[in-house]
Amino acid sequence: MSWETVIGLEIHAQLATKTKIFSSAPTAYGAAPNAQANLVDLAYPGVLPVLNQEAVRMAVKFGLACGATVSQRSIFARKNYFYPDLPKGYQISQYEKPIVETGVMDILRDDGSVKRVGITRAHLEEDAGKSLHEEFEGLTGIDLNRAGTPLLEIVSEPDMRSAKEAVAYMKKIHTLVRYLEICDGNMQEGSFRCDANVSVRPAGQAKFGTRCEIKNLNSFRYIEKAINYEVARQIEIIEGGGKIRQETRLFDPDKGETRALRSKEEANDYRYFPDPDLLPVVLDTSFIESVRSTLPELPDEKAARYMQKFGLSAYDAGVLTASREMGDYYEGVIAKLPGNEKLAANWVMGELSAALNKDAIEVTQSRIDATRLAGLLARIVDATISGKIAKEVFEKMWTEGLDADAVIEATGGKQITDSGAIEKVIDEVMAANPKQLADYRSGKDKLFGFFVGQVMKVTAGKANPGQVNDLLKKKLAG
Amino acid sequence: MTELHHLTLAQLAAGLQKRQFSSVEVTRHFLDRIERLNPALNAMITVSGQQALAAAALADKKLDAGNAGVLTGMPIVHKDIFCTDGVLTTCGSRMLSNFVAPYDATVVAKLSQAGVIALGKANMDEFAMGSSNETSFYGPVKNPWDLAKVPGGSSGGSAAAVAARLAPAATGTDTGGSIRQPAALTSLTGIKPTYGRVSRYGMIAFASSLDQAGTLTYTAQDAALLLHAMAGFDPRDSTSVDVPVPDYSATLEQPLAGMKIGLLKEFFEQGLDEANAKLVRDALKIYESLGAKLIDVSLPNLPLSVPTYYVVAPAECSSNLSRFDGVRFGHRCENPVDLMDLYKRSRGEGFGAEVKRRIMTGTYVLSAGYYDAYYLRAQKVRRLITDDFARAFAGVDVLMGPTSPTPAFDIGAKVDDPVTMYLNDIYTIGANLAGLPAMSIPCGFLGGLPVGLQIIGPHFAEAKLLNVAHIFQRETDWHERIPEAYR
Repeated sequence: MSWETVIGLEIHAQLATKTKIFSSAPTAYGAAPNAQANLVDLAYPGVLPVLNQEAVRMAVKFGLACGATVSQRSIFARKNYFYPDLPKGYQISQYEKPIVETGVMDILRDDGSVKRVGITRAHLEEDAGKSLHEEFEGLTGIDLNRAGTPLLEIVSEPDMRSAKEAVAYMKKIHTLVRYLEICDGNMQEGSFRCDANVSVRPAGQAKFGTRCEIKNLNSFRYIEKAINYEVARQIEIIEGGGKIRQETRLFDPDKGETRALRSKEEANDYRYFPDPDLLPVVLDTSFIESVRSTLPELPDEKAARYMQKFGLSAYDAGVLTASREMGDYYEGVIAKLPGNEKLAANWVMGELSAALNKDAIEVTQSRIDATRLAGLLARIVDATISGKIAKEVFEKMWTEGLDADAVIEATGGKQITDSGAIEKVIDEVMAANPKQLADYRSGKDKLFGFFVGQVMKVTAGKANPGQVNDLLKKKLAG
Repeated sequence: MTELHHLTLAQLAAGLQKRQFSSVEVTRHFLDRIERLNPALNAMITVSGQQALAAAALADKKLDAGNAGVLTGMPIVHKDIFCTDGVLTTCGSRMLSNFVAPYDATVVAKLSQAGVIALGKANMDEFAMGSSNETSFYGPVKNPWDLAKVPGGSSGGSAAAVAARLAPAATGTDTGGSIRQPAALTSLTGIKPTYGRVSRYGMIAFASSLDQAGTLTYTAQDAALLLHAMAGFDPRDSTSVDVPVPDYSATLEQPLAGMKIGLLKEFFEQGLDEANAKLVRDALKIYESLGAKLIDVSLPNLPLSVPTYYVVAPAECSSNLSRFDGVRFGHRCENPVDLMDLYKRSRGEGFGAEVKRRIMTGTYVLSAGYYDAYYLRAQKVRRLITDDFARAFAGVDVLMGPTSPTPAFDIGAKVDDPVTMYLNDIYTIGANLAGLPAMSIPCGFLGGLPVGLQIIGPHFAEAKLLNVAHIFQRETDWHERIPEAYR
């Protein structure tokens, strides 16, 4: 039987506010345990939450950017459960009336087709603290620095049909929140993570299968691995005559498998109710419009522009707009090279990306800035050097931090474009290879490549290939 | 001879300003009375004598220098529900019997900035859950009018302390009548302002949508002084309201001629002792003689107040009290074997029976499958009650009726019957559900025990309530009575 996978994601994006969502404590990562938890975060008797307006602004920004409805009246609710890293014994979240409802996100499939994923809702909530089990023998340490950090929980429709689609969607949201500057997207620090709801059903069946929720996936690789493992596990159970238990599962990256955390029956009754300490969040149209006016050009808009104006493919446009910084870099290059957008795209996606990857640095830290790369490409365009030489020049520029012209000057890498000089070399090559010349002239056309190679060898690759072709044809013909 | 404890807050303030006596003298006088008289009353949990005297000495310097405020040097008592920096703050519970607050509640800070001196912390029902002050971990408070009777609750310690003249005034909180009912049972003036008028920051939450801080004083004039210093917007409390605080003292003398007083029909029909009702009617006659018009008003949904309240308040408390888990502060059980043991025993040992009852009730009404039938329905009824009040205030300036169905009852009489105990709040809960300002003022005695008249106003009508109460107190002397043993 063939099976269809159904996936929905709940993405948690930590909002990049300076202070927490309901207290004035800073949100910066990496401080000594509990150094960034004030009385409100510690849930001392008598303290009260006050909503951080910046968090609201960021949530609205996200809603507008994914074409969603921004609720003019949303409500904070309490989600009640006991856990040591949840100091109040409840998490302030949004339940019945979230701030963002019904948006969409388009993703690009491997085959180049576009798939639309529905966003059910996005709501504001506070993060919990952390329980530290490793460092304390037989005890649990509690670090409440993260407690109260604002989160935007972005809930998708169960629209994805493969782990790859799920990753593409997650990457797309990752790109968007960084474009909007509402989340730093740092997955290692947990600023951007997701829970995946996964189920399988016989292909063609309308009813969803029983789902399992895989908690806390914080890398694109883990998401793909976890979902693929989970799908295989579920299919194996069903095909073996078993039934899927609705449960929460954890992914173990070391073993590459998921394991059960708790079943549906063991789940908490969260006893949600509106938080009486907080007023409903009422947003007027002028506020929403003022936020809209701060929206940057969004990734999809940018990609469309690259395709339309520069003739780039959907794939290239997608890669170049995957981060705002990459797009900025690319546009920095083409600003100096009008008409050569495709060449610039190839270089940014090729040599530059490879070099960045090799050094594991971001494009903003690139050792060759956009102006210098444009300088190098200009030398290809004006035929001073060949593309092949340019790659060598690029290497030197990267390691030595020099301009293209300085590198070309120092290494004599300049292209030979003087016809007389090239003709002289051709004459020498013909004289040194009389047999090949005779064979060619008697009809062995294939030998043309041999003569090109010889000319290039003598000129150490610096002869302009176009000119070499033209001149050789003429001379060989006799 | 007039003793310091016979003076109202306003009179003490005037005497301090005129330097007829010093703040240290006044403070010491009340501290002496607390030391001598409190053991029989059990009105106080903590007395901070040294801090009080040090603050009084500083206040005297300001008073001498002539740059003091109207309340500078005035000693009062805080209900032990308000966090006080560096001072034990128990909320009447074993759970917080070791909790020294690291900060001042906004109410405490504002009064302190106004120069008020804190004598100590008053006993109260545990987490303000009670109508008799019998649920306190620190034992019941006695009524100064009859030590065998309860003083009312939950601000019973505050009421007993002021009624026995251990302090000229006290702060209190009122979630379902916790200022007004004890004021009525001890012959005091108690005001619960509009929800949002006084900051809740630092006031340990019982039911967040109902809790409101107020005062217990001898007179409406005293309440006007104290409330003015407490009230106002607080950026740390999202539910506090940003409307200007009027000078309540300035409008106390406004004549009442032509004023319309609504008589709450339902209050006089529902479980009210006839003798008690007569005292309330006598008080209303006084208002009539002052030119006010009495108009019968019906609030048809008001009889649903008690069941509504006993869904909403426990629901909120069940969540508010989750933070008391033995992890970061408060009572922690000995040698917990694991997390669940820590929770169960810390909370099991830390909370008393009434608190547990309400946490259980609240947890139940919020549970999946019951939420709609209880919590959601209660919120709808709450809306209906609020609308009833709004309709009534379209035709009258204030509403009046009894504060409590009976005068003070015997200690122990109702402890085993929570529902009967809950019915004590039958007249007071409506104002909390609707967020309205309400007062209780003394209006007579029944068998030697005080009876209160309740006045309810529209939102932010504190000035009108105090005016209405003050004029009554100009005509009567019930509020000047002092229990014999405390004269």
